[in-house]
Amino acid sequence: MSERPTGEAARGVAASAHDLVKTYGSEEAEVRALDGVTVDLMKGEFTAIMGPSGSGKSTLMHCLAALDTPTSGDAVVDGTGLAGLKDKALTTLRREKVGFVFQAFNLIPTLTARENILLPLDLAGRKVDQAWFDAVIDAVGLRDRLSHRPSEMSGGQQQRVACARALVSQPSIVFADEPTGNLDSTSSAEVLGFLRRSVDEFGQTIVMVTHDPVAASYTDRILFLADGRIVDELRDPDRDAILAKMAGLQDLATAKAAG
Amino acid sequence: MFRLTWRNLLARKVRLLMSALAIVLGIGFLAGVLTFSSGLGKTFDGIIEGTNADAQAQPAGSNSWQQIGAGDTLTISPDDVAELAALPEVAQADGTIDSQALYIADTDGNLVGGGGAPTISFNRTDTPNLLGDPIMELTEGRWPEADDEIALDPSAADRAGYEVGDDVTVFPPGAVGFGSAADEQPPTTTLRLVGLAGFAGGGGTAGSTLVTFSTSGAQAMFLDGQDVFTKVALTAAEGVSQQELVDAADAVLPDGYEAVTGDELVDQQQNAIGEFLGFISIFLGVFAVIAVIVGGFIIANTFSILVAQRVRELALLRALGASRKQVRRSVLVEATMMAVIGSTLGLFVGLGLARGLASLFGSFGLEINSDVLNLSPTTVAAAYAVGIVVTLVSAYLPARRASKVAPVAAMREDTATTEGSLRRRTLIGAVLLVIGAGIALAGVVGAPGNDAVWIGVGAVIWVLTVAAISAVLGRPVLVACRALFTRVFGTTGRLAGDNAIRNPRRTGATASALMIGLTLVSAVGVLAASMSATLDDVVDDQFTADFLVQSPVFAAFNPAIARQMSQVDGVEVVSQQQGYLGLVEDDVEPSFIFGTDAAFSEIYDLPMVDGSPTFTGDQTLINESTADKYDVGVGDTLTIRFPGDNDVDVTVSGISEDNEVAGAINVPFSVLRKGEIKRSDISLSINLADGADKAAVGKELKALVADFPIVAVQDKQEFADSLKGQINQLLYMVYGLLALSIVIAIIGIVNTLSLSVIERTREIGLLRAVGLSRRRLRRMVTLESVTISVMGAVLGLALGLVIGVLLQRSLRDDLTALAIPLTSLVTFLLVAVVFGVLAAIVPAIRASRMKVLDAIATE
Repeated sequence: MSERPTGEAARGVAASAHDLVKTYGSEEAEVRALDGVTVDLMKGEFTAIMGPSGSGKSTLMHCLAALDTPTSGDAVVDGTGLAGLKDKALTTLRREKVGFVFQAFNLIPTLTARENILLPLDLAGRKVDQAWFDAVIDAVGLRDRLSHRPSEMSGGQQQRVACARALVSQPSIVFADEPTGNLDSTSSAEVLGFLRRSVDEFGQTIVMVTHDPVAASYTDRILFLADGRIVDELRDPDRDAILAKMAGLQDLATAKAAG
Repeated sequence: MFRLTWRNLLARKVRLLMSALAIVLGIGFLAGVLTFSSGLGKTFDGIIEGTNADAQAQPAGSNSWQQIGAGDTLTISPDDVAELAALPEVAQADGTIDSQALYIADTDGNLVGGGGAPTISFNRTDTPNLLGDPIMELTEGRWPEADDEIALDPSAADRAGYEVGDDVTVFPPGAVGFGSAADEQPPTTTLRLVGLAGFAGGGGTAGSTLVTFSTSGAQAMFLDGQDVFTKVALTAAEGVSQQELVDAADAVLPDGYEAVTGDELVDQQQNAIGEFLGFISIFLGVFAVIAVIVGGFIIANTFSILVAQRVRELALLRALGASRKQVRRSVLVEATMMAVIGSTLGLFVGLGLARGLASLFGSFGLEINSDVLNLSPTTVAAAYAVGIVVTLVSAYLPARRASKVAPVAAMREDTATTEGSLRRRTLIGAVLLVIGAGIALAGVVGAPGNDAVWIGVGAVIWVLTVAAISAVLGRPVLVACRALFTRVFGTTGRLAGDNAIRNPRRTGATASALMIGLTLVSAVGVLAASMSATLDDVVDDQFTADFLVQSPVFAAFNPAIARQMSQVDGVEVVSQQQGYLGLVEDDVEPSFIFGTDAAFSEIYDLPMVDGSPTFTGDQTLINESTADKYDVGVGDTLTIRFPGDNDVDVTVSGISEDNEVAGAINVPFSVLRKGEIKRSDISLSINLADGADKAAVGKELKALVADFPIVAVQDKQEFADSLKGQINQLLYMVYGLLALSIVIAIIGIVNTLSLSVIERTREIGLLRAVGLSRRRLRRMVTLESVTISVMGAVLGLALGLVIGVLLQRSLRDDLTALAIPLTSLVTFLLVAVVFGVLAAIVPAIRASRMKVLDAIATE
């Protein structure tokens, strides 16, 4: 990875799911959070996973990101199958290949912004690529905040720090779980704009779970989940198309509940 | 509210148990000490009440004497006993002979009960005790009849490995039974064990060894075979009071004898033993109190953390209409229930501890019957009272803080309470530290009263203040740890250091619990090291003899040993030291009268204040303190009363500086002879001729007494080492007793860490998500634990060092040398690190088992 990804759309698969099933609970009261999901997430693409509450979108992301183990099926990240990997290997994989942005509580309160950003590199014992670090910092516009602690920053700033942290180790794929869920619209726009640019300018692969059509409209591709299955897909979406799809899904769910 | 409190307790069973553990151990220690002390008292009371007759005829004034091995020579004849028996007030008069001068070897040739409880020999009589019951009870075999037959108490026989029918090796009293000067080996005598007999009622002997002889056997062993007695046990006739019995007996007793009532003897013996028991109770009690205080710190800290973690819940209660008082009360009720549960468990722990202590004392020779180790109502009441009060006091501040939670906090996203400023506390703390320093310094420069008390008060203020502001004082330690750990362990170390620093009060309170124990450890360590150094100086300075011969059991030994030793090649001069107790002037408490020969002043060069260091005839050499006490100078006369009302007047011929070599009152042997003391040696000082091979002579001297374990030959270094050994034994005992409060402190660390880990669930999840392995997560928790324990250790050791040095300064008249036990201090620091690692095991495993997802999933 000495060569930095360029803005050109890269070919190939960054991560994929193969017939992923995830069930919770006992036999009688079994909940199928994932019901056989198979999907490829392409390199250099910004993908959104959408769906109503309980559709399994977070579970899918957790399984792909090596945070959770599926009941059956396999997830592959950057060519590595996760099935059967021990905790140690999973930890290493998360550290080396995956970046995370969570909805809340993204930062270690005792560390400064700079330290938080460099945490995955420090944990891996890797050297900082100073030019890359500078590029990321400038992209998120946090240069003057680097020595601040999380408690001294706004929610939007904290999320941008989290984004920078996810990018700085140049992971194969970044998973973002409702990254704008707790933010006002201005801050949301900043964070989403930055994620979009990191795909366009740095060729970063990003997968984002969201139920906000505005956020989803920043992406290249949207996967719609319902009842643990991928039920639809949208490329280069605009807001109206998303809203229409979501409404359709909601109607489907309502009809199902009634019928 | 009560139901909610109860639910809270149930919901946090594990946490509750961990916090209660601090109470359990503290109260357990307290209850154990109380139970043990009362058991010890009951054991002695049982012995004292069960072994005294209605009255006793004894040499006048002997109430105040303690047997030290060399018996007095006053005796009473069988005719006198018969005369007593003939009195109408007397139902039974039994001539008795008792002595503590005989020692018994076990089957391996070692002394039985060496150095601990005494070996008491007496003749067999059937005198009933005060209650009319038999004193002694035969449990196996038969009573001794022939002169060479004895009975032993069952416990002693068991410890020594003898069974009925065995030959028992004994060391006869020093002044008799020892062969002529030509004898190669100091003799031992063999007696036959024909029976086992102990105090009736099976109440135990408190570790004493009881040797029963036939009357003629005791006379042969202790009175050179004369048909006489040393005392007479009197039993009152029907309807005769003890006083009437004594009055009647006094009328016919020969000169020098008096009769004493049984009640008075019981009182005297109980008073004498009571002082010793009181000392043990206080000594152990101090450590119990320390443990309870440390436990209080842990409780306060645990409740603080629990309250902090429940801010939202408490705020919700307030929003729903609970009053401040109700919130406060719910926390206090929770504390009370914890105290009751903890104290109850503590009582059982205490009972076990008392039994443990009893068996520990038993191994030192002081056996206590476990039948008397029961929880008394007083102990139970004390345990609950202390447990509840300490817990409530400790929980009060957290409870008050809980009641101050604003209802709006329930609605806030960010529930982590920020800790208030420490500035005010620091300021008050600084002032208190200065006050403490002032008081302690007053002690050092010699304020009126006891210097050590001044320093003690200052030290207590210091310890409490440092505990209160440890968050500030310990910060440099935390920062240093963080820097070190960051350097060695990288990010993991950095995070651990940050975690320890982020809640200064929590870390401080946790570390303080450890600090208290280590302050004492280090202060006591400084004192002990200074004592050892002082001893080295004194031995170097004053003990100018090449060899010292002494008895490790403080037994007197036969002067023949001195004669044999003086014949060893290379020995130039042997000085004998003898002595006995005597009442000086109008004293009630006897003083030790030290008898020496002329060679003494050849060996020892006593620093003189006035007069001459040599004394003969009726002269005495006293030290400065004694001269001041009796207000006498050279040429003045002192009267010494020996047992049997033998008064001897001595003239002061010299006054020496106070020293460790000679006694307070030194007389020539001629004075002891006048006092009719049966003389035997208590120590010998030996100087070698110029050019003698010290090692070879030492070997020969030791060989002379090799089979005679009541006597030990030591050169200067060995002498100093044996004294230092005693200091160290005491030191280790203190360490052992402090260990419990340190264990409680460690439980506190476990508790704090466990709660912190729960509190940081999401943070830990985040760290795991971005690539912190389980192993490094465990390391992070461990390093935080080590940081806390190191902070406690550094504060405690430093404070203890200061206190120890100040105490040494104030005691510098006696404790002339100051020594700082650096090796020990470093060891303690390392031990603290180990404790930190141990304390982290459970919380670290818990943290590493947390599921990454649980941790980051939003609520």
